Amino acid sequence: MTQYLLSVHMGADFVPPPQEQMQKMFDDVDKFNKKLQEQGSWVFAGGLHPAEMSTVVRVEDGKVLTTDGPYVEAKEHIGGFWVIEAPDLDAALKLAAEGSAACGGAVEVRPFQDNPS
Amino acid sequence: MTVDASAIEGVFRAESGRAVASLVRFFGDIDIAEEAVQDAFEVALQRWPQQGLPPSPAGWIITTAKNRGIDRLRRESTRDDRHRQAMLLHTRDEVETGPVDDDRLRLIFTCCHPALAQEAQVALTLRLIAGLQTPEIARALLVSEPTMAQRLVRAKGKIRANNIPYRVPEDAELPDRLRPVLAVVYLIYNEGHVATSGHTLVRDDLCAEAIRLARVLVQLMPDEGEAQGLLALLLLTEARRPARTGPDGSLVRLADQDRGLWDRDLIAEGHALVRACLRRNMPGPYQIQAAIAAVHADAATTETTDWSQIVQLYDQLMAFAPSPVVALNRAVAISEVDGPGSALAIVDDLDLDTYHLFHAVRGDLLEQLGRSDEAAAAYRRSIDLATNDVERDHLRHRLDVLTSH
Repeated sequence: MTQYLLSVHMGADFVPPPQEQMQKMFDDVDKFNKKLQEQGSWVFAGGLHPAEMSTVVRVEDGKVLTTDGPYVEAKEHIGGFWVIEAPDLDAALKLAAEGSAACGGAVEVRPFQDNPS
Repeated sequence: MTVDASAIEGVFRAESGRAVASLVRFFGDIDIAEEAVQDAFEVALQRWPQQGLPPSPAGWIITTAKNRGIDRLRRESTRDDRHRQAMLLHTRDEVETGPVDDDRLRLIFTCCHPALAQEAQVALTLRLIAGLQTPEIARALLVSEPTMAQRLVRAKGKIRANNIPYRVPEDAELPDRLRPVLAVVYLIYNEGHVATSGHTLVRDDLCAEAIRLARVLVQLMPDEGEAQGLLALLLLTEARRPARTGPDGSLVRLADQDRGLWDRDLIAEGHALVRACLRRNMPGPYQIQAAIAAVHADAATTETTDWSQIVQLYDQLMAFAPSPVVALNRAVAISEVDGPGSALAIVDDLDLDTYHLFHAVRGDLLEQLGRSDEAAAAYRRSIDLATNDVERDHLRHRLDVLTSH
């Protein structure tokens, strides 16, 4: 088994769709999350506030520097993510496709370094 | 028979695809499998010159490599490598590996996994399936050796980190997964087919490797029409190769080729495959392109070529895999049936301004229509865009002939 990060990429200019569409998206993602949990693929997941809500902290020469806003000024930011466990990349890609269909964003699949013990 | 180093090298090259594939299954790791086969090669260099070839070199390589690999893992597992040790325990428990050919097919699908970039797929396939060494692949694909080495390391790293599976896709996924496999083999052939001065020998090797790979695919997947179609297409294209360049290495157009130089054995084999595809009646882009090549091969001259059948086949190809380049080739066939005027009308609608052959075809059609100035301009544009010396010389020659009238 390998753990994968499935991160959802959303445009910075993402405009929330109308209420009904939003609701359908939430429902679809809920359904997908339940499926992940039932089949034992679920490790962790969550949706994030917009990137502009973030704060960057870094330590330089022992001093803490705190800055407002995202680390990278990009056209796209991570809108949410799943951490899943799958037998191989094909299984992970299949789940990523389901996740993408549910949330309507592109999903990046990236393996974790250590196998879960 | 003497067994010298080059003979041993030849045996390993022919067998390494099978051996590596079988060992990847056994060890669960591409690098360990490759190292083990390399170890077996060293052993063969010592033993075979004295003892002669073993009765089954393939079996000898796999057994020897397996033992060397296990020894190596035992030695190295005393280091920090609990991972390898765990794997070794795991593989020791496993029952004997499946048929060797299945292993090779598994490895092809791993090498051509859609999560890998096409250039990585090509490099891995040449290395692991065709058994080429990294410097050979670098030379053949015209990149530096460090670049190629890095590309291979990165690709293998991605396979390992992502746990890209080592298996033949299920039937439902097979058509999608087969497409990049066939595309890689076709690309390898085309890399060799486009004549480039200075690298002729290596490039010829690429054509031969691609045909060998296509044969392997047909042997491993006898029910896949597109695999047969690809092999037929490569054989029929290869058959024309002796006539494709003149004694001075210059390009000879299909219309001007000495068809007596075409390889009749390859044509016969290609034709048999095309007929088998027609009987199966599950056409696809490679099968249709093979059928087009077969129609050309049937004709003694350009004039006696069944161009209307070629147009029909291009219509079919456009339905399966529409692209401006296919439309351009179709237009060439149209010009033989309906004349250059109809063809030019089609060509002028195509969005291919940066493609040198688009301008070459336009130049040819304009020349036939007697519009010499426009034809010359089209040839000049084509010469500017062409990257291949031999093709450029050919176009310059056409321009010279046109403007000297």
